[in-house]
Amino acid sequence: MLNYILRRLLVMIPTLAAISFLIFFIIELPEGDYISNQISMLRSTGESASIGRLEFLRKEFALDRPFVERYGIWVGFWPGPNGFDGLIQGNWGWSFEYDQPVGEVVGPTLPLTVALNLATILFIYCVAFPIGIYSATHQYSVGDYTFTLIGYLGLATPNFLLALVLMYLANSLFGLTVGGIMEEHYIGEPMSGGKALSIVAHLIVPVIVIGTSGTAAMIRRLRANLLDEIYKQYVTTARSKGMRESKLLVKYPLRVALNPFIADIGNLIPSLVSGSVIVSVVLNLPTVGPVLLGALQSQDQFLAGFILLFVSILTLIGMLVSDVLLGYLDPRIRLGKEGARQ
Amino acid sequence: MSPGERGEDKAEHYVNPKGFDPKDVEILTREQERYYQAPQWKIIWWKFRKHKLAVLSAIILFFFYLCVPFAEIIAPYPVAKRNVDFLFAPPQAIHLFHEGKLVGPFVYGLNPSVDLENLKWVYETDTTKVQKIRFFCKGEPYKFWGLFPASFHVICPAKDGTLFIAGTDRLGRDQYSGLVYGARLSLTIGLVGVSISMVLGVLLGGLAGFFGGWIDSSIQRVIEIMRSLPELPLWMALSAALPITWSPVWIYFGLTVILGLLDWPGLARAVRSKLLSLREEEYAKAAALMGASPSRIIVKHLLPGFTSHLVASATLSVPAMILGETALSFLNLGLRRPAVSWGVLLNEAQNISVVTIYPWLMAPVIPIIIVVLAFNFMGDGLRDAADPYK
Amino acid sequence: MNLLDVKGLSVEFHGDEGHHQVVRDVSFSVPENKCVALVGESGSGKTVISRAIMGILPAKSRITSGQILFRDNRKTGEKVDIAKLPPAGPAMRAIRGDQIAMIFQEPMVSLSPLHTIGDQISEAAKLHRFVGTKEAQELTKDMLRLVHFPEPERAIRAYPFELSGGLRQRALIAMAMICRPTLLIADEPTTALDVTIQAEILKLIKEVQAELNMTLLMITHDFGVVTNMADEVVVVYNGEIMEKGSVEDLFLTPQHPYLKALLHAVPSLSMEPDERLVPIRPIKPRAHHSDLQPSPVGKAYAFRGTPLIELEGVCKSFTFKNLRGKKRRGMTTALDNVSLTVRRGECLGIVGESGSGKTTAALAMLRAFPLTRGKISYTTEDGPRDIQGFSEKELFQYRKRAQIIFQDPFSSLNPRRTLNEILQEPLVIHRIGDSLSQGARIRELIDLVGLSPRYLRRYPHSFSGGQRQRIGIARALALNPEFLICDEPTSALDVSVQAQILNLLKDLKDELGLTYVFVSHNLAVVDYISDRVAVMCKGKVVEVGPTRQIIDNPIHPYTRALLKAVPEPSLEHKLDFSSLSGTSSSDPTQWPSPYRMRYTTVPYLVEIETDHWVCAPGMESMRDIVGLGGSHI
Repeated sequence: MLNYILRRLLVMIPTLAAISFLIFFIIELPEGDYISNQISMLRSTGESASIGRLEFLRKEFALDRPFVERYGIWVGFWPGPNGFDGLIQGNWGWSFEYDQPVGEVVGPTLPLTVALNLATILFIYCVAFPIGIYSATHQYSVGDYTFTLIGYLGLATPNFLLALVLMYLANSLFGLTVGGIMEEHYIGEPMSGGKALSIVAHLIVPVIVIGTSGTAAMIRRLRANLLDEIYKQYVTTARSKGMRESKLLVKYPLRVALNPFIADIGNLIPSLVSGSVIVSVVLNLPTVGPVLLGALQSQDQFLAGFILLFVSILTLIGMLVSDVLLGYLDPRIRLGKEGARQ
Repeated sequence: MSPGERGEDKAEHYVNPKGFDPKDVEILTREQERYYQAPQWKIIWWKFRKHKLAVLSAIILFFFYLCVPFAEIIAPYPVAKRNVDFLFAPPQAIHLFHEGKLVGPFVYGLNPSVDLENLKWVYETDTTKVQKIRFFCKGEPYKFWGLFPASFHVICPAKDGTLFIAGTDRLGRDQYSGLVYGARLSLTIGLVGVSISMVLGVLLGGLAGFFGGWIDSSIQRVIEIMRSLPELPLWMALSAALPITWSPVWIYFGLTVILGLLDWPGLARAVRSKLLSLREEEYAKAAALMGASPSRIIVKHLLPGFTSHLVASATLSVPAMILGETALSFLNLGLRRPAVSWGVLLNEAQNISVVTIYPWLMAPVIPIIIVVLAFNFMGDGLRDAADPYK
Repeated sequence: MNLLDVKGLSVEFHGDEGHHQVVRDVSFSVPENKCVALVGESGSGKTVISRAIMGILPAKSRITSGQILFRDNRKTGEKVDIAKLPPAGPAMRAIRGDQIAMIFQEPMVSLSPLHTIGDQISEAAKLHRFVGTKEAQELTKDMLRLVHFPEPERAIRAYPFELSGGLRQRALIAMAMICRPTLLIADEPTTALDVTIQAEILKLIKEVQAELNMTLLMITHDFGVVTNMADEVVVVYNGEIMEKGSVEDLFLTPQHPYLKALLHAVPSLSMEPDERLVPIRPIKPRAHHSDLQPSPVGKAYAFRGTPLIELEGVCKSFTFKNLRGKKRRGMTTALDNVSLTVRRGECLGIVGESGSGKTTAALAMLRAFPLTRGKISYTTEDGPRDIQGFSEKELFQYRKRAQIIFQDPFSSLNPRRTLNEILQEPLVIHRIGDSLSQGARIRELIDLVGLSPRYLRRYPHSFSGGQRQRIGIARALALNPEFLICDEPTSALDVSVQAQILNLLKDLKDELGLTYVFVSHNLAVVDYISDRVAVMCKGKVVEVGPTRQIIDNPIHPYTRALLKAVPEPSLEHKLDFSSLSGTSSSDPTQWPSPYRMRYTTVPYLVEIETDHWVCAPGMESMRDIVGLGGSHI
């Protein structure tokens, strides 16, 4: 098993390299860079006093070098003006907009980003699992139809619109402000029970909003998987031993249907991360989402690049976890089919 | 009586007195005959037709897509027309009866005033002003497709009256007309994007599935990497790279390319796996052993087997594109005025305090949900019908 | 005493198209300690009856009338009507798995892939015997030992995918046996298995039945299995019992026309050389001699018996991939130095078990893939030509000479093309004639295989398996080939249809002067149709010779084991269970000298009597001394 995990980790390295290159390419797509834009703006307004400093910064951040070299410097396998000093060395870059290291801009938002995504995954599994089982075992019942309908609605409603609608409803019906991460009077205060509670309370809506479409997709898939399994021959075999139907269901088809369910985390995570970015913008949550949006709009390239890389790594780790779980759950993967003893 | 009960050792020899007709299994009814002579698309259609919700969705989508060529005629107002006296006007309810008498569809007039305390527009419904809605009428002049001056509308407000079915925005632009015009971009962006992704997906998936070897493994690698990237942040980064100086038309095409570029891995995977499984079918092998050229096998045997699947999965990926455009435009990263799409309209609803006062700014949510649902149902129906020989 | 009495049982299915009866007024009894066989073709309702007895009918079916009386020997000795019990209720559950147990047809899908077999076997014991985990494990090991499982201690922790098909079936039997049921229902327990393993499993079931004093209800379509296992037989057709009685009565004095017809349709090794099978639905092929190109036909007769295809030392290895289809996990040798000659106008049968390389050998003759080593030459008007050396153009011409009939009649026809288009395809590919003459040719072909021209506009899904196979034959004949490969053309068909197809192939061969290579795992079928037989095992040809010589005088230990394991559908030639060795007869390293083969041994064929060759590498060293012939046949 350890071997398997190690192998999977090794495979991740070239993937990461490809992803980082792709991301660097994308953030470098817009013409010019943050500083040369500043320079041309200053030139057009006739203020040339600080141009010298900006020119210096351009050199300092190697923005005058060719593309591939810049990429190497960013990642840290090519010497920049200050020697090898890139992502690998732990230098996450400089945010021009905030005039701070990227780490300090992004740092405070990372825990919440991870927490939000984890909470959403938990939410999806806790909700989708029982409902999926119910729908499969009560096929074509009123409950099944209701859940299917809600599921379709959940799939069809983009989560930022759902956030908008929920915010409107909460505001107009209950006079609540849903946005933000805690009630305003806690901001700046030291951590306390009340503050933590407020944070949790404020996480509920975004978790539901981000998780809805994923939950709907999961319910549909679990239902379909389970319906596939229920009519398989090995279930009949078990039934012919005289097992109770409920016990039978849990031990066999559910167990088998669990595998695709776990494997789906991998497919789910990219869309969850996408969802969390945009929902954070709408709900004004201090995750990386709003920071990314701002960075993209102002061409704050190192900041944007780092955040893109971070969310990609988040999805890669999620996929790794789902693969490892699957390997643990499925003997066919764990033992390898070719390891047959006969 | 069974033999055991008689206590005999040997079983009784029973013979059914009825004979049997070996031919009775080969007789067909007229319906079977018709069914068995129907080509694939006919059987797909029969199967699809049984899926009531899918058919309904197709019809709904058809009506939505009518807005694409005929937006100017369907909308009561030109999209950029500002009704300066009616800023943030609420939707006007359509009535049939006035004081108990049937008048036909009409709206009551609106009297605007400003609530200076809360700084908001307040409208009073004036039940004395009955404004009959006109149909197939001459109304606001416009240029059809931006080329031909005309003034014919399917629906117009009464002369000197207003008709704001979904209210107006901060500049007094009619929201309903905005939705109709917005459909033009929002609905086509999905189709164009899917076409791009389909071309890429079929090409790359086909190459991978047909040639195998290193081509297959490198394409597979690329697909894996693409699928592990969160879509929206990438879309955001890419559309942020579109120059602001570009005209709306160019931005539109840029967006479709971006949406299509990131969507193809799913289709390519589907094409590849379908191709691989179809290639292993014995009828494909039979054709090869008859001397058929690879191109003939692809065109005659493999393509007909998966076009229906392809159409179904393409249908199912249209909603993601529509939602992608909406999200990007909503975030100011996609289309911008003067281009009008549902996302652009939603842009007005970004500020929650404005939305709380003027909730009709969220109107685009409704057509978006309907269209996305319809595409999902239709796609499901198509997918279920796609393989009629299962 | 009867353990089970089924009285007037009727079962109804309700699908989308409405209700229909699949079992109609069926009555039979199963006496204690006897074996009753329920025989019928696919769709006859025999499986439905067995599921009704187990109380595990599918959800969309329902018992409409009748009784299933089961004597509850274990508790009260009273008769219980299973038909009246709620299938999922406690009373039925107490019987199911404890007193009545079932062995299913496909061991591959009948076991849960994610649970160890120890877990799955011990389950019934835990449910009915209320034993603890430890005790259940001991019981499981006992059962595994009973079914001759190698290393029961280890097997308990094995997953089904780690076991071979035969072992999986043993595990299933152990599972059914663990509560020592009074009635065991075996639903086609050996259909999915190779013939040597089938014999072992049948032997095992007999042993276990005797040891545990069980009553057996056997569901099968194979008359060979029936005569070897059953005391009494119930013949079902279309949901009704046609005839029932003791196995002697039914086989010696069959009365009902259906049973009589069926018995005439089954090929057996003990048939007379010129005896013909009588299909239940005979067809008359009509060949239009004048329209068929005479040249290859005439030649075939003229050169009858001369070599048409020669394989010399043909080797083929495949690299196979692991579960995820990514990494190469080694090579497997599908063909190991195969040397064979197909003579013009003959039918050469290739017999072997699954994985023996018989289909690969046949496909190699069509140049379906490049060879690893060796040479295949095909004799044309210009003398023998190496088919590996064919240019694109020559290969295209070769496709007209050699054609194939596939095993699976369902996947070998493109479901999206009409019968007309399917038959036109080869003519279009080879640009033969205009649409008018193509139409005429298609009608000829249709006549040839006894189908009606009315069918031309239909799509393949409207045809039965037998009809589809006839379409496949017509398509293969469209280009006037002189050489036809039949890859298990009848293994997916019912016996009644099998006879029809075999006769059709026989007649066509004579009328059109064709040469066949007939690949099959069924010795009786090969015996019926072929002039010579090649026996293959693990990619090697172990014995070649005239069919009768091979059957009557098998030399090679593998051929002997194979022949010994074939259950004959007659009461005189019963399987000799006691002589089944039990050791793996398909392992070349286990064969006695001079037949034994190590991993590196090159197969070497020796002519034992005229035209009868045996693979005996141990004799190679003696060749110079004794003066035996070379390895070329």
